[in-house]
Amino acid sequence: MDRVLPQPTPETQEFWDGCKQGELRLQRCTDCSKPYFPPRPFCPVCGSRSVETFKATGKGKLWSYVINHRPRPDIGTEPHSIAVVMLDEGPKMMTNIVDCPQTPEALQLDMPVEVKFTDFGAQTLPLFKPA
Amino acid sequence: MKQKTVAVVGAAETTEMGRIPDMSAIQLHADAALNALADAGLKPSDIDGVATAGTSPTELAYYLGITPTYADGTSVGGCSFMLHVRHAAAAINEGLCKTVLITHGESGRSRVGAGGFRGGGGNSSLPGQFEQPYGPVGPPSMFTIPVMRYLKTYNLTREDLAMVSVIQREWAAKNPRASFHDPITVDDVLSSRMIAYPFTMLMCCLVTDGGGALILTSADRAKDFPQKPIYVLGTGESVETPMVSQMEDFTSSKAFRVSGKKAFDEAGIKHGDVDHLMIYDAFAHLPLYGLEDLGFCKPGEAAAFIRERHTAIENAGKPGSLPLNTNGGGLSYMHSGMYGMYAMQESVRQLRGIAPAQVPNAKISISHGVGGMFAASGTIIWSNEAP
Repeated sequence: MDRVLPQPTPETQEFWDGCKQGELRLQRCTDCSKPYFPPRPFCPVCGSRSVETFKATGKGKLWSYVINHRPRPDIGTEPHSIAVVMLDEGPKMMTNIVDCPQTPEALQLDMPVEVKFTDFGAQTLPLFKPA
Repeated sequence: MKQKTVAVVGAAETTEMGRIPDMSAIQLHADAALNALADAGLKPSDIDGVATAGTSPTELAYYLGITPTYADGTSVGGCSFMLHVRHAAAAINEGLCKTVLITHGESGRSRVGAGGFRGGGGNSSLPGQFEQPYGPVGPPSMFTIPVMRYLKTYNLTREDLAMVSVIQREWAAKNPRASFHDPITVDDVLSSRMIAYPFTMLMCCLVTDGGGALILTSADRAKDFPQKPIYVLGTGESVETPMVSQMEDFTSSKAFRVSGKKAFDEAGIKHGDVDHLMIYDAFAHLPLYGLEDLGFCKPGEAAAFIRERHTAIENAGKPGSLPLNTNGGGLSYMHSGMYGMYAMQESVRQLRGIAPAQVPNAKISISHGVGGMFAASGTIIWSNEAP
């Protein structure tokens, strides 16, 4: 079964294009300089339309997760993580932690992780793996 | 809003609860509405304001034969009905209408003519782009995501989550209409089927059919109704984010804090004045977040508060000091999908003095709701003492 994939909008196209090109793109306000996510063409902190896109490091730490024991058919049949990563730049992002056992022992909060871009055809998703 | 200017004069749930395969969702709304109208001694034609979620106020009004001058379709998830009470109070005080009917009905289990609240909105919505691709399957694998951070921050364990379910089952045992009555232990909870680690099945709410309705009018008129009026003392609401991954603080809900503070400020009461508390418990962590974000416990201390039986039906030979989720909650009583209505029904029953597990002499009750997955919140503080 094909993976459920995002349908980009004009405001988010740049983010998803970045994933295809191997870049994790965040935005920040050029007035108050705070990075933010998900993408939008204005600053959610101060409302300024003066924002810019920049390439993030793709590094962060495991902030929280569940191990879903009832996997959706497009994901697979085995229990898997649904995680939130705290990026080094500050924003939080939902993802899956891959390339490690999907167990509480292997998934330790605050462990360093890094982005692993994974091609699913129409879109590339920013999954994360232990760094 | 102004304290005690508006009151509940009719309150009822659906005639049956649990599995109701012979009623569609809109009929569950209507069944609860007719019961609430009977409770208030009113006919549908006496209603001039309607509010609902899950279906439209248009469908509700049409189905019951009501011609309203006020309609509220606020739909922010399971706490929508708290927001309806708040908005109805403002509308009545402003003269937009005199008597408001608020209904809930959901065929959550049998799925007959099922509508109900569903978040999302396709894979171009924000949750569709930035959460759904990673495999969440509804609330059990979404609402639960912040909890590992909460447990680590406060050095708590899965046993602390399990204890919430255990204590609430004790309340459910006293409620003949509850889905579950048999006592459970922490081990029972932890060894039940794994749903989404760290959550097992007994840490997750039920899926049932049911409904409920409330009728509100001005305090002046409320005196002339057959039932003891239950006055609205304070109200709050807020929303934060449609994506649980983007909530500001994984250990605390901003919507809870804002809604709760607003309600306490309006009511002009202190925490010690509260006799009875309902916190929407879609999952076992909600009472922990709720107790802390409403200010009953300091951050990280709610688990010990529950473990030490302060919210329990009995604590060292006496009732617990803060009876919580006395109907058994979404974990053991019922949960049709948008449970906020049932939390308010139990507050009204407690203040009328007719609850199955009655808290002696309860005068002030709080119904605190969540909408979506920490997305929204509504808080109503009730009093049974006349202004």
